[in-house]
Amino acid sequence: MIQGIIGRKIGMTQVFREDGKVMAVTAIEAGPCSVTQIKRVGKEGYEAVQLGFGTAKRLNSPQSGHLKKVGLLKYLREFEASDIDAIQVGQMVDVGIFKAGDLVDVSGISKGKGFAGVVKRHHFAGGPKTHGQSDRHRAPGSIGATTSPGRVWKGMRMAGHMGNERVTVRRLKVVEADTERNLLLIRGAVPGARRGLVTIRKSTI
Amino acid sequence: MNIDTLIPVEPNPNIPVISPGDTVKVSIKVVEGERVRSQVFQGVVIRVRKGSASANFTVRRIAYGVGVERTFFLRSPSIEKVEVLRHGQVRRAKLYYLRGLTPKKARIKEKRPKEERTRGVE
Repeated sequence: MIQGIIGRKIGMTQVFREDGKVMAVTAIEAGPCSVTQIKRVGKEGYEAVQLGFGTAKRLNSPQSGHLKKVGLLKYLREFEASDIDAIQVGQMVDVGIFKAGDLVDVSGISKGKGFAGVVKRHHFAGGPKTHGQSDRHRAPGSIGATTSPGRVWKGMRMAGHMGNERVTVRRLKVVEADTERNLLLIRGAVPGARRGLVTIRKSTI
Repeated sequence: MNIDTLIPVEPNPNIPVISPGDTVKVSIKVVEGERVRSQVFQGVVIRVRKGSASANFTVRRIAYGVGVERTFFLRSPSIEKVEVLRHGQVRRAKLYYLRGLTPKKARIKEKRPKEERTRGVE
């Protein structure tokens, strides 16, 4: 049993619940994925399944060797799996592994924010807006003491690159899993931009 | 892929075409414990917003001397019925200016169909 699937975020919308209230949902085009490799304790040292998603225009020679049996696949990601001997390379996985009400963890690459200041990046309050302040509105404030320790502590929160990193949101509820249209509706927001690649795994917590 | 074509929202068949300035009577399903009853909200439509699933309209009424506005989703299944009592003649899409007016000043002229108007001239 494969524990996850690769998908592409389509966007957000809202659906009406049975009690008439609205619910924000994210639509994901998930799968179908094919199994490209099975990792075993004997060879790789652990058990996992590699899945492939999307169609590539062309592959380089190491990739085409690796995907000889399954065809042109664009994205490869690894997932946990149980009962690994029942799975074969080339086997297809679709959103049928999820059903409405399941809890899932969704990972994606968050939207890049570029070089961001401390107010945006770490939610600092910034400085006072008035009372003769100049250049202090979004400043970080003090970053340490003087002679002792005589340096800035490691891990001090400062300005820097923000976003464009892997983010996981855990325990999101599946609203609908449509195997015919390969469509997954998940309650709430999911990391990343529209058309971004996401992986959806069964939640373990 | 377009999300609106992928997840179509069915329009509520009980809601007619409404436009700003109309006086409407909206019946809403309200769940009170086990019982489902219907609640009526009557007033002037001051805004209609487009958007597939999130399309909505706002109705304003004066209740006990206090202005009350309520926004409903156009595709909401919990709206039982919308009755258009009167079409209003207005020159704006969003009638926010009504908020600052006294009830007497906030009256809206009725929009009458064309043939009725020409008949009046003859």
